[in-house]
Amino acid sequence: MSNFNPAELAAVFPELFMAVAGMVLLVAGVMRGNQSTAFISWSVLATFAITGMFLLGVDWDSRTVMGDMFRLNPFTGFIKLLILSGLVATVALSVRYLYEEGMARFEYPILILFAGLGMMIMVSAHNLLSLYVGLELQSLALYVLAAFRRDQARSSEAGLKYFVLGALASGMLLFGISLVYGFAGTLDYTRIASSLTGVDGVAMGFMVGMVFVLVGIAFKISAVPFHMWTPDVYEGAPTSVTAFFALVPKIAAIAVLMQLLYGPFGGLSVHWQQIVWFLAAASMIWSALAGLVQNNIKRLMAYSSIGNMGYALVGIIAGTPQGASAVVVYMTIYMIMTAGVFGIIMCMRRGERAVESIDDLAGLSRTSPMLAYAMAILLFSMSGIPPLAGFFGKLLVFQAAIGEGFYTLAVVGVLCSVVAAYYYLRIIKVMFFDAAAEAFDRQMAFAKRAVIVVSVVFVLFFILKPNVLIDTARHTASTLFAG
Amino acid sequence: MVDFPILSLMTYLPLVGALFVMMIRGEPDLVARNARFAALYTSMFTFALAFYMMAKFDPASADFQFVEKHVWFDSLKISYHMGVDGISLFFVVLSAFLTPICILASWNSIQSRVKEYMVAFLVLETFMIGTFCALDTVLFYVFFEAVLIPMFLIIGIWGGVRRVYSAFKLFLYTLLGSVLMLVAILTLYFQAGTTDIPTLMANPVARDLQMWLWLACFASFAVKMPMWPVHTWLPDAHVEAPTAGSVILAGVLLKMGGYGFLRFSLPMFPEASAHYADLVFWLSIIAIVYTSLVALVQEDMKKMIAYSSVAHMGFVTLGIFTATTQGVEGGIFQMISHGIISGALFLCVGVVYDRLHTREIGRYGGLVKNMPKYATVFMLMMLGSVGLPGTSGFVGEFLSLLGAFKVDTTVALFATTGVVLGAAYMLVLYRRVIFGPQTNEDAAAMPDLDKREMLIFLPFVVLVLWLGVAPGYVMERVSPSVEKLLTQYETHLAAAEAAQVTPITEENNPADDVSLPMPEAQTDE
Repeated sequence: MSNFNPAELAAVFPELFMAVAGMVLLVAGVMRGNQSTAFISWSVLATFAITGMFLLGVDWDSRTVMGDMFRLNPFTGFIKLLILSGLVATVALSVRYLYEEGMARFEYPILILFAGLGMMIMVSAHNLLSLYVGLELQSLALYVLAAFRRDQARSSEAGLKYFVLGALASGMLLFGISLVYGFAGTLDYTRIASSLTGVDGVAMGFMVGMVFVLVGIAFKISAVPFHMWTPDVYEGAPTSVTAFFALVPKIAAIAVLMQLLYGPFGGLSVHWQQIVWFLAAASMIWSALAGLVQNNIKRLMAYSSIGNMGYALVGIIAGTPQGASAVVVYMTIYMIMTAGVFGIIMCMRRGERAVESIDDLAGLSRTSPMLAYAMAILLFSMSGIPPLAGFFGKLLVFQAAIGEGFYTLAVVGVLCSVVAAYYYLRIIKVMFFDAAAEAFDRQMAFAKRAVIVVSVVFVLFFILKPNVLIDTARHTASTLFAG
Repeated sequence: MVDFPILSLMTYLPLVGALFVMMIRGEPDLVARNARFAALYTSMFTFALAFYMMAKFDPASADFQFVEKHVWFDSLKISYHMGVDGISLFFVVLSAFLTPICILASWNSIQSRVKEYMVAFLVLETFMIGTFCALDTVLFYVFFEAVLIPMFLIIGIWGGVRRVYSAFKLFLYTLLGSVLMLVAILTLYFQAGTTDIPTLMANPVARDLQMWLWLACFASFAVKMPMWPVHTWLPDAHVEAPTAGSVILAGVLLKMGGYGFLRFSLPMFPEASAHYADLVFWLSIIAIVYTSLVALVQEDMKKMIAYSSVAHMGFVTLGIFTATTQGVEGGIFQMISHGIISGALFLCVGVVYDRLHTREIGRYGGLVKNMPKYATVFMLMMLGSVGLPGTSGFVGEFLSLLGAFKVDTTVALFATTGVVLGAAYMLVLYRRVIFGPQTNEDAAAMPDLDKREMLIFLPFVVLVLWLGVAPGYVMERVSPSVEKLLTQYETHLAAAEAAQVTPITEENNPADDVSLPMPEAQTDE
């Protein structure tokens, strides 16, 4: 920190702006009370948009700033843009929902903002400490969000469960970090990596530390066997919060995992590949099987997201620039698809109440056909049926894995995708083949409709111009390996 | 040749039509009417294009024609590559021919959600034509698998009582096979460095790898075909599907399996194909004999024809894997002919089903008295299915068996019993439905074919007779491509044998660095 250079502030300006805006809005909220929720929400949206513009204005050349704590490169830039779009989508989905559910308190959008800030910091971290700080900032905000309907037992339970297990995971992560620090003598990504070169054999303590760090991150991406919190939290949390959980933190955590595995732990790929192999296979298998018996659509989406993380891990395990770019593409597609699905889940309201059983969708194709078609398209895409976008995400990650000889994992993956197809199809079956249930309330906030439309259009037309996303991902992912 | 992208035009025209149908608004009756006409005109126009393409096709050439190639996935070297040769030409035409027929056949029998139904069929047509035109493995896979979406909806929404079960079974069975092929396609991409089908056909990969890839592709095509023992989705799907769904299923979808064998298995994995040929022969024979016997005892008309389809597809696989000119040409011809005949047979069932709403054979009888025209058409199609000389069914069956005879007489002997059994169950079906006493009054009161139905059957009757008497038109277009395929096949086999004699060359083969153990021969899929 001794050589602090004020010019470096420019590099972190988007984050700074976000932090300051968050604090200002918090004060404004406190002054004006809960009736300002809508105003604060739109202001938070504006903050995200402005932050995004600042982010685009910042030079993305690969460099570290703030005493090597903070890294900028095309990868972090792109991931942060992705995170910001996810944040915009969730806040847009939430505004009306907060009022409908009678939980319109001004802290909500601000908590999302701080969670987003934490994610941006952890993605940009170039030091295990700044990683930890960012991760905790987002986790704290997420714990509160999960319990946001504090008058509801389920939501409080979700918050508590998430907090206890999340704290455990953070503890493990911290323990791992301390072990790595002890054996490598540094917390800086680059220096950890260089401490590994030129030494024959890795210290056992370092290995244990790496495993603990991986476990901590695996908790965050809810990879099996560290997924136990996911279904309960997804089910218990208010739907708008569930949508947030499914969309944004996963992207940040996957990005962090990639940076760690290819950066400081890059020299240990033989070792971590075994761990990631198991996490990937277990996530895919377990999510496919457990998803079969779910009746609550939010729980189902929890297992679906577990499975999707498994597929993303398949791309990560390859450890090649190609695999990394496949993961970036996969996560982008995953985020857009999931946003659409949650937009539709949030339309499931009957008699002023949110319903969330799969059977409540019965005969949706008759009562609101457009919604049913949108949902069917998104679900076919999630189950990886061409020509929809979801297929190409899977295609790329499997391609990367096969390119590195992970045949077994690829076969396990595709077989699980068949099993998982069953539960997606089941929803389509309920919507299209079953007799119509009572219609949903006719209410479509503009923002919600916009999210669904964008999502469906993307899923349908990705096939026409796949190069735009794939080339961007290739470009950004290559910087992960630049050193 | 033509100077516009005819294949893409044909492929995407139905999609445009589907979009148009989707946009129809207004009174329910009017919407249904307009949707029917819009779908019919679109598919007719597509067929006209297909006809034009067939006329412009150069019969002497064995190469791919009407080729289109565009950059698609730039960085991955996956291109949008379309083209047809003698092998795929008639499948494209068949798809374009059957779709307007299906739309006509559903004119009155589909009354609910007509708009969606027509959209589903048009989208299905796009995917079917695309599958047969695609010359890039990934593009092929996209179309091949996308077919499942409209088919799932067609069976699930407009099907019979157990439609949900059947739709799921169809979807999951075929998906299971397909994803394994996807792994094979990706492996092939890394080993050969390309997804371009013509390039892959010309340069097969190393032998050990071929064995695995062949099995993976076999899983996909065998399910689609369907071959015994993975055929069980077909009877269910057929029974529950609406008539037009059955026609498309039997007429086109099953052919994708056979087409896949011709496009992937034989040319890309010649050594593996030769290695596993016996496995395919025996599976085909079991399919022919066993499913024929099963067909004999069916009480449901559609189920019986479904099992007969499995048996007929047995001749196709048999013919293809003999890798003889007669066998392969016979297989292709059998597929085309079966597409027409089984389509017509399902339409025949549809006619009486529309009137009496049952498919139970015992509920009918003596229809020849009140439905003479129907009895005539049914007879012709039944005889075509049996393989009577003079109908198109004979040519394909005969050639396949001839090919089998050249390779293995035992196999040919068993397969030939299938011809006899085929005659047995079809004649039983015909006797019980058309002849005999009129035991049911409602069956006896059914009116004969009306104008629309006659119009639908007319092209089938013409085609079955024309192809049976003069198969030359088809054969002279198919032959050059088959010759080329088999020449390449023989060359590759000979080259592989030569390489095995001098093992040094094989060790130096850079494509050989995959250390996959070779699977045992005759392993059960």
